[in-house]
Amino acid sequence: MTDRAEVRREAARLRALFENAGARPVETTILQPAEVLLDLYGEDMRARAYVTSDALRGEQMLRPDFTVPVVQMHMSDGAEPARYTYAGEIFRRQEDDPDRANEYFQVGFEIFGRDTPAMADAEVFSRIFNILKPLGLRAATGDIGILMAAVEGLRTTARRKAALRRHIWRPRRFRALIDRFAGRAPVPAARAALLDRADPMAAAGPVIGLRGEEEIMTRINALKEDAATPPISENEVALLDAILSVRETSDNAIERLRDIAVDLPAISASVDRLADRLEALEARGIAARTLDFEASYGRAQMEYYDGFVFGFYAESRPDLPPVATGGRYDALTRQLGGSREIPAVGGVIRPGLVLKLGGAA
Amino acid sequence: MSIKLGVPSKGRLMEKTFDWFGARGITLGRAGSEREYSGYVQGIDNVDLVLLSAGEIPRELAAGRIHLGVTGSDLVREKLGQWHTRVEELAELGFGHADLVLAVPAAWVDVSVLDDLDAVAAAFRTRHGFRLRIATKYHRLVREFLRENGVADYQLVDSQGATEGTVKNETAEAIADITSSGDTLRANHLKTLEDGLILQSQATLFRSRAAALDEGGRATLGALLRRLSAD
Repeated sequence: MTDRAEVRREAARLRALFENAGARPVETTILQPAEVLLDLYGEDMRARAYVTSDALRGEQMLRPDFTVPVVQMHMSDGAEPARYTYAGEIFRRQEDDPDRANEYFQVGFEIFGRDTPAMADAEVFSRIFNILKPLGLRAATGDIGILMAAVEGLRTTARRKAALRRHIWRPRRFRALIDRFAGRAPVPAARAALLDRADPMAAAGPVIGLRGEEEIMTRINALKEDAATPPISENEVALLDAILSVRETSDNAIERLRDIAVDLPAISASVDRLADRLEALEARGIAARTLDFEASYGRAQMEYYDGFVFGFYAESRPDLPPVATGGRYDALTRQLGGSREIPAVGGVIRPGLVLKLGGAA
Repeated sequence: MSIKLGVPSKGRLMEKTFDWFGARGITLGRAGSEREYSGYVQGIDNVDLVLLSAGEIPRELAAGRIHLGVTGSDLVREKLGQWHTRVEELAELGFGHADLVLAVPAAWVDVSVLDDLDAVAAAFRTRHGFRLRIATKYHRLVREFLRENGVADYQLVDSQGATEGTVKNETAEAIADITSSGDTLRANHLKTLEDGLILQSQATLFRSRAAALDEGGRATLGALLRRLSAD
């Protein structure tokens, strides 16, 4: 058990390193309004964060991460470009694994800026990389933006694309949707019968609740339209699968992705961004071409990231969670900023794990 | 030391539990007046009867304050994280059957499976500006089930009773509740989803993995379980 005071000192030390890199130290409150987090992450958030309440302010959550409050702070009064650092406890409800900490320190570094996203990606990654270097960790990288671009590029309806986009972070549901849109999964019997009926509402009985008959008919029409839509081609499904199975060193990955882009040009721009990033990383002294790259990395856990994603793992300690994680979250700034948005990338280190593994640079 | 057996303190669940033990030669009964929550055990020595609300039995088992307990498997799964590391399921008692199901208005002719519910939840949120509400008291079970099945854009609203009425009252769009025959659902113009069975529950005898036992206690427990043919 590492001493808490020691972890706090290590957190302060790491934050000072980011301050030296020009980041402004910021603080956020520990109690966060629950509504914002629930709207972003949905009901699952309740399984991952501690919820409390009072009669005046309603439901609040013990800060499950810093990113959301830091983005809110920036969107309401931040100047551009900006870089921030912070250190403090976060709280994660653990109902299934008693060995996982439910309260721990995080030190973070976030860059908000419109110019040269590849440089910002490379800077966040390389600063964390250099700090953690003495620990001999494995770095995993990925890019959710490539899969998103592939979905946008499918030759199918906007409605199908929206459904796929909505479930990009739920791999099982995403797969089920692909199977249905590609005509691989049978149409549920009840749906087939419904679409055959001349007056679908004839035997519906009383319409109760907020969702009215007009909403039901709107969906039935959408289902009819979808039933008349040709399936996503086997060829396109194979290309999606090819993207999802890319898992090699970055230089090989980029070759594979360029091959795929010949048949799926929609991903070209995001593959170019990956190439720019690798170049920017090399310029910062990282052997980027040999970094592990996995196109589906981060899909299951990192739901606000929509571009570059990364994590650092202690391979000798598979029982430990990642020592550091981060990525790009442009869409989050859009969701929290009303009509405004700003490209943003950041990462967090867990000082408690750093100490446990022997200390960082 | 004696071992403690926790049993629901009232109603059909208590009576059926008494019958189940009685059929195996162990007589359980309530001592004193109807209002007094203490009981007796005949047919075996060193077993104490503890009468508790069925909803509290999971907690008491997990804390090790009772060695054995009878309650619904739904309650154990809802209230105990990692339930199988904290209690052992010894025997299903064959009564108190109930299914935890997801139900939507019968008039939603366009919704028959979870896939539909997910799509409707997305459209509902866009249209009404808030997430589709599902009324339940089984928050953990429902949330886990919906996560596993990739349903998003919903919210759970707490309902501790008369849950079937919440849709008509417009405090929820769907419900997740215990049903035995489905009659109440039908009477309230609701229908279950084809793949909306979250859990099948019945009265079950559980053993606490946390309760301390000395040698005498262990012997008593062994003897009791042999009598119940549940070892």
